[in-house]
Amino acid sequence: MDAIVIENLSKHYKDTIAVDGLSLSIKQGELFSLLGVNGAGKTTTIKMLSCLASPTGGDARLLGNSILTDSAAVKELIAVSPQETAIAPGLTVKENLELICGIHGFRGAEKEAKVTRMTELLDLAKIAKKHAGKLSGGWQRRLSIAMALISDPKILFLDEPTLGLDVIARSELWDIIRSLKGKITIILTTHYMEEAEALSDRIAIMKDGRLLICDTSDSIKKAANTDSFENAFIKIVRGDKI
Amino acid sequence: MRILTFAGRNTKEILRDPLNLAFGLGFPLVLILLLSAIQANVPVSLFEIERLTPGITIFGLCFMTLFSATIIAKDRGSSFLQRLYTTPLTAFDFILGYTLPIIPIALAQSVICYAVALILGLEITVNIILAILFIIPVSLLFIGIGLLCGSIFTDKQVGGICGALLTNLCAWLSGIWFDLELVGGAFKRVAYALPFVHAVELERSVLTGDFSDIGIHLMWVILYAIIVLIGAIFAFLRQMKVQ
Repeated sequence: MDAIVIENLSKHYKDTIAVDGLSLSIKQGELFSLLGVNGAGKTTTIKMLSCLASPTGGDARLLGNSILTDSAAVKELIAVSPQETAIAPGLTVKENLELICGIHGFRGAEKEAKVTRMTELLDLAKIAKKHAGKLSGGWQRRLSIAMALISDPKILFLDEPTLGLDVIARSELWDIIRSLKGKITIILTTHYMEEAEALSDRIAIMKDGRLLICDTSDSIKKAANTDSFENAFIKIVRGDKI
Repeated sequence: MRILTFAGRNTKEILRDPLNLAFGLGFPLVLILLLSAIQANVPVSLFEIERLTPGITIFGLCFMTLFSATIIAKDRGSSFLQRLYTTPLTAFDFILGYTLPIIPIALAQSVICYAVALILGLEITVNIILAILFIIPVSLLFIGIGLLCGSIFTDKQVGGICGALLTNLCAWLSGIWFDLELVGGAFKRVAYALPFVHAVELERSVLTGDFSDIGIHLMWVILYAIIVLIGAIFAFLRQMKVQ
């Protein structure tokens, strides 16, 4: 069953076309990556799907709910971990998790259980009482993802989740993302080719707001007639004959 | 309950900043103590405690503007607010969530100011309790200015506009430190066209039990509070749409 169905989705600004007639569908439990150079339309697409920006054309349905007409229902189903780390710096790690629980209407024992589960899943116990603003970039990103996951979303948007992280922190986050595969639908945007290739079930490559190709990494390499995913990406984005 | 959860977060963010406590609660106290010490050493009535205290409680509300503006501007500057926009929180939840936590802080600031004034010789009357309660409508005006500025400006700009400009406007055009009759003319007319002097005179009237003057000053304060809050709601909704 499809978790997301995007139909001719567009976002036009005064003199820029950020997303141009995007149509695709994403299956439930799939880890789907959006790849592209800067200005390709990845973040705008995520913003529209998460009801942060209104499309100028087309529509998308998330588990049957339209982003145009059922945005309240969509917001109950999704969670977003934005590109910049989005945490409350003056609260402790535990308080940040409790805040998101409270906003989603979880109280008492249910809230405690969720905080405990997320603290264990993302190994946050040792920093639970630390103020979020004092954590390193890697730990802040980990907390940001925990805050996205704590409401048990059906669809999770991860916008550049490993941007600016060191190799170890990135590897640890990859493990966490891998552990979520199949359980929830994940839409990931990234600049890192190896990240998209290692984690994704399917990858969509965008340029100038348009979808160039959407397939598995192996099929994309095959279509570009190369063994390297990075070379395939470059060939496709440059528009080389493939 | 969502509003209370969000309001609770905002309270913690404000109260955990030591600078907020130092300026919000400490600075008005320093002013009362300093000006009372000056009054004790000069032969003329400059800063009598029953006129000074209501003025200081209003001046202290400038910091409530700074608190509300700073927290919104900082949330806008980070992606935190963007994350919250993807949750079931509504625009109404956001506006109340930013407003509610500051009202008890404003009341606490006022209570502390009056407690110190009592130590310094202010006569104990039931009007003190009324004066503290009348801080609520005035605080809505100052919080509204904060919501408006925080929805328009960055956290750095907010520091200049709410920290310097508003405190100076409030200080000069409120009659806290000197009688506006002494200056008169256009200066006085401008001052009385703004809400600050009315807020101060409202508090002074309540404290002295001169209830005949309360209505007109309260009307000015509430009118400005409504206008500013409507403007703030529009500005917040607009930036929400832009984000």
